[in-house]
Amino acid sequence: MQLMKPVRPVGIIGYGAYVPRYRLAGQAISELWTAGNTPPPVREKAVPGLDEDVVTMSIEAARNALARAQAADPTFDPAQLGAVWVGSESHPYAVKPTSTIVAEAIGATPYTQAADWQFACKAGTEAIQAAIGFVGSGMARYALAIGMDAAQGRPGDALEYTAGAGGAAFILGPSEHALVEIEGSVSFVTDTPDFWRRQHEQFPEHAGRFTGEPAYFHHITQSVRALFAQMGLSATDFAYAVFHQPNVKFPLKVGEELGFKRAQITPGLLVNEIGNAYAGSALIGLTAILDIAQPGERILLASFGSGAGSDAFCLRVRRSLPTPHVWTTRTYVDRRVPVDYARYARLKENYIL
Amino acid sequence: MEVARYWRTTKQRYQLVGEKCPQCGRRIFPPRDVCPVCGHEARTAVQFSGKGEVYSYSVVHVAPEGYEKFVPYIVALVRLAEGPLVTAQLTDVDESEVWIGMPVEMVTRVLREDGERGMLIYGYKFRPALPVNNQAPQAAAQPMRTPLPKANGVHPEPVLQAAMP
Amino acid sequence: MRDVSIIGIGQTPVGEHWDKSLRELAYQALLAAMQSAGVERVDALYVGNMLSGELTAQEHLGALIADFAGLRGIEAIKVEAACGSGAAALRVGYMAVASGLCDLVACIGVEKMTDQQGSTVTSALAMAADAEYEALQGLTFVSINALLMRRYMHEYGYRKEDFANFAINAHANAVNNPYAMFRSPITAAQFAEAKPIADPINLLDSSPIADGAACVILAPTSIAREFTDKPVRVRAIAIATDTLAVHDRRDPLYLEGGALSAQKAYAMAGVGPADIDVFELHDAFTIMSALSLEAAGFAPRGQGVRLAMDGEIGLNGRIPITTMGGLKARGHPVGATGMYQIVEVAQQLREEAGLNQVKNAQLGMAQNIGGSGATVVTTILERI
Repeated sequence: MQLMKPVRPVGIIGYGAYVPRYRLAGQAISELWTAGNTPPPVREKAVPGLDEDVVTMSIEAARNALARAQAADPTFDPAQLGAVWVGSESHPYAVKPTSTIVAEAIGATPYTQAADWQFACKAGTEAIQAAIGFVGSGMARYALAIGMDAAQGRPGDALEYTAGAGGAAFILGPSEHALVEIEGSVSFVTDTPDFWRRQHEQFPEHAGRFTGEPAYFHHITQSVRALFAQMGLSATDFAYAVFHQPNVKFPLKVGEELGFKRAQITPGLLVNEIGNAYAGSALIGLTAILDIAQPGERILLASFGSGAGSDAFCLRVRRSLPTPHVWTTRTYVDRRVPVDYARYARLKENYIL
Repeated sequence: MEVARYWRTTKQRYQLVGEKCPQCGRRIFPPRDVCPVCGHEARTAVQFSGKGEVYSYSVVHVAPEGYEKFVPYIVALVRLAEGPLVTAQLTDVDESEVWIGMPVEMVTRVLREDGERGMLIYGYKFRPALPVNNQAPQAAAQPMRTPLPKANGVHPEPVLQAAMP
Repeated sequence: MRDVSIIGIGQTPVGEHWDKSLRELAYQALLAAMQSAGVERVDALYVGNMLSGELTAQEHLGALIADFAGLRGIEAIKVEAACGSGAAALRVGYMAVASGLCDLVACIGVEKMTDQQGSTVTSALAMAADAEYEALQGLTFVSINALLMRRYMHEYGYRKEDFANFAINAHANAVNNPYAMFRSPITAAQFAEAKPIADPINLLDSSPIADGAACVILAPTSIAREFTDKPVRVRAIAIATDTLAVHDRRDPLYLEGGALSAQKAYAMAGVGPADIDVFELHDAFTIMSALSLEAAGFAPRGQGVRLAMDGEIGLNGRIPITTMGGLKARGHPVGATGMYQIVEVAQQLREEAGLNQVKNAQLGMAQNIGGSGATVVTTILERI
């Protein structure tokens, strides 16, 4: 086991979030399918508009990241992005990259690497790992990594309560201009089939309670403990921790197992308000923390992707930067238009015409 | 399925790339290669800021083919900060919240699908702009709404009578 | 250049002609016009039409209609300028006769719209707008007009009800026109309660699409009396253009193309707005009536609506408009509309307008608008 650390220091130059504005209350789902007898695992979840998908949400998060990068480094130009990588499990096309559309929309084309990443809910942190290597090795000066999802859950299934939408974009670059330095990371993966979606299927399947202990908890605790061991750190060295958020309970529980206090976790815990944004879940939590974090503070980021694996990162804030012209994560979260189940079904196109 | 038609206008649709007249400096959107003011050839590409305000708006209830699933949707003429008017949809806003003069900003959204199996066509739409205090815009927009149409300064007397016969 | 006159007119009722095809409608109007002129053959046929390809899968209308009407062999072509196609066909016919290339010319406007429904028709009509920068954004023809109307109201301080008289006047006049689609009057209360189509435009601001065909026969004025006692002289016909897209205009609330074509027509005829006794304008929506009145010089900017509010547009008003029902109540078979306007002005000048006759009408004008003002055809006709 080895700590992943690039040859030259790499940091986050800019970051940006996106959450669509519609919200469906968990209670509405409970009432429709279980006569209100199921306590919803989250209060409400974000739902994309009819004109939104992973492409459009990624473009907006990327534009927010560009705006912050330009504030951090006035010489930054999107044409310098050596990679545009989008991690998601709801790419609008089965074949045709999301990333080329995003790259075109933000002015990163044509001399750039573009690819879509897929690893269930950790596709976004996969892209960040790769971007760290890309920048850290000197192959690119800057790389854009996005985790974004318009999550799917079968109507009536447990996943329907939490399958939310949103995500975040990060521009990785040399740490001298960075807002945040990435001190090291660990990836931990095994073949653990807790959740999957077969080709041509609309909704994912899951293995019920098997998704908990052997999947979520095992992989996150292993990756984080390895990171702690390699870096000689423990939970008390971190101001904040953000985990993949399939519901409210899991991230709090896994944090507790790892020695974190609730106060370290709640600033990045958005699942109760926007649901589980799958590949965007942990990453948008991180942006909420970055909006408030102070220089010198450490942040633990640990994703979980079914299938299964966890990426754990140790981040340290270098400087905070006022960017009032860029939407904060809280602004997106608070921008909410509640919808009933009928409107939700229309927005999700879960009806037959 | 039309592919090349949409592909060749990608830049202007995704990121509002227009033109600037090298002669008179006029910013041009949509691109038209000849300056509408001075007639000089204008092919210098310029990216617009995406900021603007609503010049007029309406709502589509009966949609053309390919847009049916979005009804009712709001359409508008938007006066871009750089000067030109552009025709586009407003998104993330309800009709009752829109007013002439409302500040808006460009977002890239799905315009339509080219049939069930064809391409997804992305392009510019506009939504209420982020107010300076970084609060979600709907809350801020309400008290700012213009309550009554303004009378025009050019024909003040007869126009005011016209509004109140 | 030779002087040109209309020697015969013909039209079909406007409506839903479920049992008639495009070629049958065109033939019916052509036959009526030829009978009215007492001719059995013409040298050329110009067919104004906008949407035959989109709505009936048929282009190549010149040859089609010439053959169907028993005129196989003559010169025949289609003329297209969106909703301005009808009058544009008259302009082509006028040039053919005035130049001396042809003596007897038939000009038809024809549209068959009811073979398609709903979004197909909506999409087809949007083809008059800019495909890349208006239609692709999901704009419909009515919503483009709604954008203009809302801004007009905002700019000049009008309310929706202020536009009511355009529709009320049109319906009142259609009652006495046997060719009109809606032959029932409407009230201000009905207008106020009409269903919104694309706010601020409601159902009664809007003209109905329909099937129909209208036709005139042109001849040199020098021989016109050989065919009819009531020739109508074409004093002027002028086409002007503007940008397709409203957003590209210097001022969206000013129909520059309308003003330009009116000025050209006035200059050609040597007259001005004060000389016009009857004005058939393009009331596809009430806002277009206001903008057309202003562009043609009957009202200052922002005052077109006042003519309706003040009752100046009635048969006895300062400037009678839509005297046979207009697009609003006679109906709007888009590519045929311009020719209906010409036939109706001719009816007034021939004293054939029945109960709607404008007294002592000597000089009549029509303004046919393609799209939201990108093509405007202004025609001035005179009783001789």
